[in-house]
Amino acid sequence: MADVVIIGCGAVGAATAMELSRYKLELVILERENDVAVGTTKANSAILHAGYDPRPGTLMARLNVRGSELCRAYCHALDVPYRGCGSMVLAFSEEERETLRELLDRGVKNGVPGLELLTGDQARAREPELADTVQAALWAPTAAIVSPWEMCLAFAETAVKNGAQLRLNACVTGIERRGEGYTVHTAQGDVEARYVVNAAGVDSGAVHDMAAPHSFDITPSRGEYYLLDKAEGARVNTVIFQCPTKLGKGVLVSPTVHGNLIVGPNAEPSEPHDEATTAGGLAFVKERALLSVPGIDFSKSIRNFAGVRANTGRDDFLIGCPAPGFLDLAGICSPGLTSAPAIGEYAVELLAREGLALEKKEHFDFSRRRVRFKELSPEAREELVRRDPAYGRVICRCETVTEGEILACLRTPIPPVSVDGVKRRVNAGMGRCQGGFCAPRVVEILSRELHLSPGEIVKDRAGMKMLARETKGGEADV
Amino acid sequence: MYELIVVGGGPAGLAAACAAWDAGLRSILIVERDRELGGILNQCIHNGFGLTWFKEELTGPEYAHRFVELLSRTGVEVRTDTMVLDVTADLSVHMTGPETGYRVERAKSVILAMGCRERTRGAIGIPGTRPAGVYTAGAAQRYVNIEGWLPGKRVVILGSGDIGLIMARRMTLEGAKVLACVEVMPYSGGLTRNIVQCLEDFGIPLYLSHTVTQIRGRDRVSEVVVSRVDENRRPIPGTEMVFSCDTLLLSVGLIPENELSERAGVTIDPRTKGPAVYENMETSVPGIFSCGNVTHVHDLVDFVSAESRRAGEAAANFVLKGPAAGEAVELLNGPGVSYTVPQRVRPGNVEKALNVFFRVNRIFGKSQIVVSRGDRELCRFKRDRLAPGEMESVTVPVKLLEGGPEPVAIAVKEAE
Amino acid sequence: MRELVCIVCPRGCHMKVDEDLNVTGNFCPRGAAYAKTELTHPTRVVTSTVRLTGGRYPRCPVKTAGPVPKERVADVMAEIARAEIAAPVRVGDTVLEDVCGTGVAVVATRELL
Repeated sequence: MADVVIIGCGAVGAATAMELSRYKLELVILERENDVAVGTTKANSAILHAGYDPRPGTLMARLNVRGSELCRAYCHALDVPYRGCGSMVLAFSEEERETLRELLDRGVKNGVPGLELLTGDQARAREPELADTVQAALWAPTAAIVSPWEMCLAFAETAVKNGAQLRLNACVTGIERRGEGYTVHTAQGDVEARYVVNAAGVDSGAVHDMAAPHSFDITPSRGEYYLLDKAEGARVNTVIFQCPTKLGKGVLVSPTVHGNLIVGPNAEPSEPHDEATTAGGLAFVKERALLSVPGIDFSKSIRNFAGVRANTGRDDFLIGCPAPGFLDLAGICSPGLTSAPAIGEYAVELLAREGLALEKKEHFDFSRRRVRFKELSPEAREELVRRDPAYGRVICRCETVTEGEILACLRTPIPPVSVDGVKRRVNAGMGRCQGGFCAPRVVEILSRELHLSPGEIVKDRAGMKMLARETKGGEADV
Repeated sequence: MYELIVVGGGPAGLAAACAAWDAGLRSILIVERDRELGGILNQCIHNGFGLTWFKEELTGPEYAHRFVELLSRTGVEVRTDTMVLDVTADLSVHMTGPETGYRVERAKSVILAMGCRERTRGAIGIPGTRPAGVYTAGAAQRYVNIEGWLPGKRVVILGSGDIGLIMARRMTLEGAKVLACVEVMPYSGGLTRNIVQCLEDFGIPLYLSHTVTQIRGRDRVSEVVVSRVDENRRPIPGTEMVFSCDTLLLSVGLIPENELSERAGVTIDPRTKGPAVYENMETSVPGIFSCGNVTHVHDLVDFVSAESRRAGEAAANFVLKGPAAGEAVELLNGPGVSYTVPQRVRPGNVEKALNVFFRVNRIFGKSQIVVSRGDRELCRFKRDRLAPGEMESVTVPVKLLEGGPEPVAIAVKEAE
Repeated sequence: MRELVCIVCPRGCHMKVDEDLNVTGNFCPRGAAYAKTELTHPTRVVTSTVRLTGGRYPRCPVKTAGPVPKERVADVMAEIARAEIAAPVRVGDTVLEDVCGTGVAVVATRELL
């Protein structure tokens, strides 16, 4: 019997698993998909919020501010791309200036450091591309940008390196209370554990209902985005928000840690896993973003995507134990990514209160490094290629990703099994040609290294087959 | 130090290197990122290449092979499986490859011949889900022709560019069902003969003034929605057709791949998206030349070869005789013309006549191509039909271009 | 009167052919020849790939060395699908000597060593 089973390996589940893996515990992480970080974690604004949005006194306020600090430290320790670029909320009217003052007030109460109100001209002096119509801005120096999937992956890898067991393709189908603990039924068989953590994101309502009386509804909200070419990546230097409305934090314009520009999201009610973009949604995003930064060249778009957030209609996360030994980390909407490590910390505290005995491991491996060929000096590149020639072969031209990096990611604690899994780990296919040139090469490498037929290689989730059948009457339809 | 480094061993780089050798350079290096020379021609296994250059009909690999054979009779050095990562304005070329290692080579001249890439779903913003089964036509071509795998069995093609048309035929012959080719413009983007032999031969319908407005399917494409568009290319509600398919191929345009050029400080022409060049294919950076699809997207490899020989000869002249001299005349796009290559001409550097490539911005019937300077007409050329999908060229006697820096305009006038 | 577009070269001449097979609109004699053939017994050059063993890639590109009757294209594809060659292959190597009894050979179009 495991000590703790964690359901869901997005940012929240991974952070919780990592925090628990500091202790002498038998941990099992269950993930419904074939990889980690593939739900809300991979499709969001990639922003680490400073913490002036949540209502003071809420759990959300506390975890956001604490999470913002932890993310900075953890990203540094675990080699996750992070840039402390700060953020601005823009006001276009007297009413919105009032909103900025409220946000400032909340921020101060929440303990957000360094907040400052700027005039329109001061804001434009820092961000020359801002619209002339901007009257004022709230500057938050502790806001940052991050690679959300790499952060989640780093947390999950750390948990696995420290003994946690990750089971992929293990969608939870039922939970039963059994004596001291629970039996969790999954697509990969049953798991018994004394404690259960529900970190199932948009499915956290459904998982809750398997173990406790129905008490909340997840009302998924879909947000659509544009990702623009690096040629637009320097259009702004900081995260540019508009004033929040009832629907969310509004449409933002932000650089990404990978050098692109991200624009979005809108907010529309949706099904839990509906990641489709719409013509109307994208048009709305474009129109709203141009109000903040009129010069954005949308012809430089390289990708659209949508993500689903686990909204609940409440202004706080739903964290607590609705049944003995069963911990909900539910309704983790924005700022969930930022809060994730603080939620993990808090989860440990709550499980201890439920009786989980915590004894620290003597040795906790909290290190992670990966080679990024593109960022190396010419001398370091020369040395690396001499040592391992695979680092000399560029597979992804747009992002300068080498075969050596792809082979190395296949030897990490959570190796990828799909083309997009490789992309999330080493950026191959993330650039302007969107895998047009490198996807066939990545299929070839995966097929060779995983000993699979090219017909078995998937784009992302299990079932997303890249190829239909071999030519010349070869391998039958797969 | 090399006299010349050619970045790219596709048709442009091969022709340029051969020409530079013929013109007297003896220390030339071609750097090719793929494992063989030939570039994208190796996956273009259809025929129709070489009619102008070799006066016979060849397939893509055969066309490339001809140049590889020519090259093998020279002393040009070749490094395959090696990618150029940087070209600096002082002509240092950073490259990396498993056998090459990471190294920096200096050169007296550089020819950029990196080719182009395909526009993607993201560039045109097709709404819908993000399943497997959406490929650029070129990626599909690689899967089918090189790897021996069909990416799908029921296919809709968006865009009537030549690669898409060629893949319609290719996938049909391999047993896939191609349901439709959909083109947002009121005319095809590809060569007319490809419409005939790739679509009409197989009864594949071509929907002009239509586009894909939605992609459906969770794991794999299950349907695409196609709508008619108005004259502003906006979908018309109520005209939706749903195709049940597992694959959407995109053949929606090619973009010259100029990240290296930009880092080298080369001026890019926003119309061609390639380096702005002089009559001899020299870019804005002295000693850096450019040719082939990295300069402007061609329809026919034969013209790439011709243009690239000019670049090779010019690089040799630059190294052996010094920089080209003379005042430059700018070529302007008059009505009907969307770009010209070259963009600037130094008449003193042209022997007899200047060959100007250009594209028109709409379909024209019987028309006249008029070359003029201010109000003064210099010469005119007759054409029966002009289309944006078919590159045009005119040969202007250099005498007409002499006489000062006043720009020269090229325009199309349709007959009444 | 039949109208057709020439596919012999990229020029794509729009041609007209009358009942007596007189061709107009063609830029060169090859167009006229194509038009006559197309209206009497249409032919095509088939390009495809064959299975390759021992090479860097699993397929080698091939073509019919000359045009084959258009109605035999599917048969030609089927026979090519059954063929297999071994590396090394040179451009022009014969893959099939007489495909489907058309008297036309299938040859390799790429060097794969």
